[in-house]
Amino acid sequence: MRIAGKGLIDRETPVSFSFDGKTYQGFKGDTVASALLANGVKVVGRSFKYHRPRGVLSAGSEEPNALIEVIGKVNQTPNVRATVQEVFEGLVTRSQNRFPSLRFDLMAVNDYAAPFLSAGFYYKTFMWPRAFWERVYEPLIRRAAGLGSLSGKHDEGRYEKAYAFCDLLVIGSGPTGLMAALTAGRAGADVILVEEDSRIGGRLLSDDGVIDGSPSAAWAAQTLAVLRSMANVRIMARTTVTGAYDHGIYGALERVGLHRGASPNLPRECFWRITATRAVLAAGAVERPIAFAMNDRPGIMMASAVQTYLNRYGVAPGKRVTVFANNDNARVVARQLMAAGVHVAAILDSRADASAVEDCPVYLGAQITDTQGRHGLRQITGTHSAGAFDLETDCLAISGGWNPTLHITCHMNGRPKWREDIAAFVPTEGAIPGLRAAGAANGDFSTTECLAAGQSAAQEALGILGRASTVGGVPSAESAAYAMQPLWEVPTDKRAWLDFANDVTTKDVRLSAQEGFTSVEHMKRYTTQGMAPDQGKNSNVGALAILADSTGRGIPETGTTTYRPPFVPVSVAAFGAGGRAEGFAPQRFMTSDQASRDRGAPMIEAGLWYRPSYFPKPGETHWRMSCDREVQMVRKSVGVADVSTLGKIDIQGKDAARFLDFVYTNTFSTLPIGRVRYGLMLREDGLVLDDGTTARLGENHYLLTTTTAAAGLVMRHLDFVHQTHCADWDLRFISVTEAWAQFAVAGPQSRNLLNAVLDQPLPDFPFMACGTVQLGNVTARLFRISFSGEQGYEIAVPTRYGESLFRDLCAKAETMGGGPYGMEALNVLRIEKGFITHAEIHGRVTAADIGLEKMVSAKKDCIGQAMAQRPGLVGPTREQLVGLKPLVDAPITAGAHLFVPGYDLTRVNSVGYTTSVGWSPDQQSHLALGFLVNGRARHGETIRLVDRLRDIDVLCMVCDPVFHDPKGEKLRA
Amino acid sequence: MPELIAKRALPGKEPFVRLGTTLAEAPLVQMTSLALFPGQEKAVNKALKPLGLQFPAPGEAVVKDDIALLWTGREQAFLIGVAAPAMGGSAAATDQSDAWVHLTLSGPQAVEVLARYVPMDLRLTAFAVNRVARTPLYHMSAVIHRTGDDSFRVMVFRSMAQTAWHDLSTALDTLAARAPRA
Repeated sequence: MRIAGKGLIDRETPVSFSFDGKTYQGFKGDTVASALLANGVKVVGRSFKYHRPRGVLSAGSEEPNALIEVIGKVNQTPNVRATVQEVFEGLVTRSQNRFPSLRFDLMAVNDYAAPFLSAGFYYKTFMWPRAFWERVYEPLIRRAAGLGSLSGKHDEGRYEKAYAFCDLLVIGSGPTGLMAALTAGRAGADVILVEEDSRIGGRLLSDDGVIDGSPSAAWAAQTLAVLRSMANVRIMARTTVTGAYDHGIYGALERVGLHRGASPNLPRECFWRITATRAVLAAGAVERPIAFAMNDRPGIMMASAVQTYLNRYGVAPGKRVTVFANNDNARVVARQLMAAGVHVAAILDSRADASAVEDCPVYLGAQITDTQGRHGLRQITGTHSAGAFDLETDCLAISGGWNPTLHITCHMNGRPKWREDIAAFVPTEGAIPGLRAAGAANGDFSTTECLAAGQSAAQEALGILGRASTVGGVPSAESAAYAMQPLWEVPTDKRAWLDFANDVTTKDVRLSAQEGFTSVEHMKRYTTQGMAPDQGKNSNVGALAILADSTGRGIPETGTTTYRPPFVPVSVAAFGAGGRAEGFAPQRFMTSDQASRDRGAPMIEAGLWYRPSYFPKPGETHWRMSCDREVQMVRKSVGVADVSTLGKIDIQGKDAARFLDFVYTNTFSTLPIGRVRYGLMLREDGLVLDDGTTARLGENHYLLTTTTAAAGLVMRHLDFVHQTHCADWDLRFISVTEAWAQFAVAGPQSRNLLNAVLDQPLPDFPFMACGTVQLGNVTARLFRISFSGEQGYEIAVPTRYGESLFRDLCAKAETMGGGPYGMEALNVLRIEKGFITHAEIHGRVTAADIGLEKMVSAKKDCIGQAMAQRPGLVGPTREQLVGLKPLVDAPITAGAHLFVPGYDLTRVNSVGYTTSVGWSPDQQSHLALGFLVNGRARHGETIRLVDRLRDIDVLCMVCDPVFHDPKGEKLRA
Repeated sequence: MPELIAKRALPGKEPFVRLGTTLAEAPLVQMTSLALFPGQEKAVNKALKPLGLQFPAPGEAVVKDDIALLWTGREQAFLIGVAAPAMGGSAAATDQSDAWVHLTLSGPQAVEVLARYVPMDLRLTAFAVNRVARTPLYHMSAVIHRTGDDSFRVMVFRSMAQTAWHDLSTALDTLAARAPRA
């Protein structure tokens, strides 16, 4: 229930939201947790394993219990912490891991079976039959134990990624962080102040203390205003630093739109990569619970959380509150509750020697031995120094002391140090280069210590940054010593929870030790302690204290498990922001793209490029009809294809020819100017890297082309060879792939088509010639090369003219019975001609395998030549390129294996495989290219082609790979 | 034969304005890659002298009126806005005019837009006016030239123009949606 006059919520702005179908009212500034508590809702979730009713435990991102689903228009987000989710008008939430309802959960039967469900139960019980674990037991167990559910749909919400840079990153905006940011900001450093909460101030918003005579929340607000006025300070609220990485890089997750209603362009979250020269970790501390019998009932919560709900949200989480603590700080909470008019039933202080003077009953040496109330705490019983107590209470505020929030200091494998005086781990100095932990995160818990630590951490950073810091005083504040006496558990036969999120009790940890899992890392895996979404922020230190106790070691010897990023759960959608669906990779479009789409061509992805598959004509109902027509069109008249995607590399310099001789197996220094030559390039290991044509444009000027797929690869290879083998050569090269739009014009009418667009009729232009031609005021490059086996040319114009030329060529071709052809036809044409692509030169073949050993010049050395002679890369055991033609009219496939007829179809009997297959209208048959052991010597033999994935088993004849115009007469026509 | 029609990479795209920040495609201009041959620094600078330019140091742009010479790699620079002078064998000159799309991004949110995709420190102290970088622009490789405190020239391969436009305009939309509501 709300308490009048208290809290930092905006009471002028009521907000309604729903939880499990019921509408509740909160105020702007509320979290779902605070608003539900204000409405008297105690049960907000069911526990992971036993399905016990659970309430809100904390008021921060460490919350293990209050996990809910947030239902948006397009998103359904599970495992949202109600203590972090802010309310907004129209927010829809739902409890999770219960059936059929939160109040009545059938799976709660697990709770009654608890004696059998100890840690390791599953592994011991569901062992036989062995195969059942994966198929039967595990799915069942996973369904019974669990968290929220996913919608099963794509997350189409918008997410964002961003980079930021600063001199000083301040993580946390409590007294330490504010002082650090203020000190560095005043000195002119670029500061980023990151705060996980929606509001700047950290514990100052909850403590209700006094700084420099003002309420602490007011001081925080004033300081924030000062920071906002500084152009060099960037303030990032709702942002959690999730990890610390090399080179001063920090990951951070910002909740951008999760606290607002969805709007189309608003990202839900932003994943930041912040690079900071220095950093101050001012993340504060997390209060730790005490393990005692049945300590998980709704209404049992952290004392600091009770204080937050009271002072920040103006909510009393109960009518009769009891405080159970081992330290002085929690007493402040009791006093503030009483001052606000909330009845405090008693303070239970586990210390026998603490003060008993308060305005409520105080029991010293107190221990809670049991609690009652299934859907909300009703009663607690226990003992104290002078007897026993039995209290009626609906809210129990517990405090077992504080653990510094040091997680990110361990992200680079640093281990924290144990400090006996505060019975807590503190960060090890230097664990993250450039980062200094300060304030409560470093074990200094009083506000005065924090303010001073923040200032000195910033001053230290400024010194390293080479900036002078202005001397300023530290504001006056509370400086009470942190008086506590460790209390990890109250011994009991009942269940006493350590890890609420994963339902791990003290018994489970003891069982782990008893069964030999005494290392903290083994205990964690055996019990699953710390493995829930909260990563054990409340329970890690408590669990290892119990483990230390049951193994007879001290806590520092027992040590902690490894804290790894992320500090809080990060949605994969935020990590991969922008990369969903078409955002996965850039899209590359050719200049002919629109013209092709205008003609109804389906576009296929070739690497990043989009290329037309085929150009359907009216009446063509199947791609093969279009493809067959286009193939015949090229063979009989003329076809036009956009081949701009092929890589083009402009090579210049006195050593250009020498370089080409070095990277190609064949010779280019002898190529005359104005001529083109086909070249083969090997990798350093001697296998084929790529093939293509290279034209000599001038004495010291070449244009090398690559296949589409290998354009980047070849550029990288050339750069590598240049830099490692011949850096001093007179040689320069650059990609011009994108500078030219290039079109293949192929077929018996190709010359006529060119003459229709050129200013002057083409003079004698023999096969493998190149030169420039004029199209109006545009100078084009013309190459007489062919990938189809017909008389063919490729004409290149500056890219800006590409679309215009393509439309023109297609229109004029159509008047000659020709037209555009797509990738399917292009593929069939080259299979008929036995030309290879990367389907054949797939990285495991040598020049000899593809029948091009004669192209490896013996007169000179080249990259890969020596390595190509290694044993195993030569000889008759190699699989060699062959053509295959079915003996019957039956489809065949690429990827099929080849067997000698009569042999068993076993792996060892496979003598080859197919790489490319197409229907040849010319041959009226399917044709394949493939590799066959000693294939060139086997032309004319019958081989069995088997594709077991597609149920194909066809006898084929082994042929020469060149089916079309074997003598190349058409090519040279 | 009718004259061929020249087209920009993003024909018909109007400038995209959000929060006073404008994304636009710059007009097609002449651009030539000049790659210095070994030991030719003096000769190159002599060839460039009539233009009032000199070969830029790594990461720098030399700008004179509408002409710019942008460092783009080891011993390589792009001459923008003018035909390349005769280099007399001191450098390999290669036409790059049509290989790249030139986008301009200017206004108060320009840095924030780039910070969504560019993993570089774009503070003026680290990337001053007339500094140039070859850097990722999300999944693409870009040349980024800071032309003013709040203005940038962004170049990517011409075929990727639509993706670059999509990414940059999306960031502008996102920033506009993030801005506090009036």
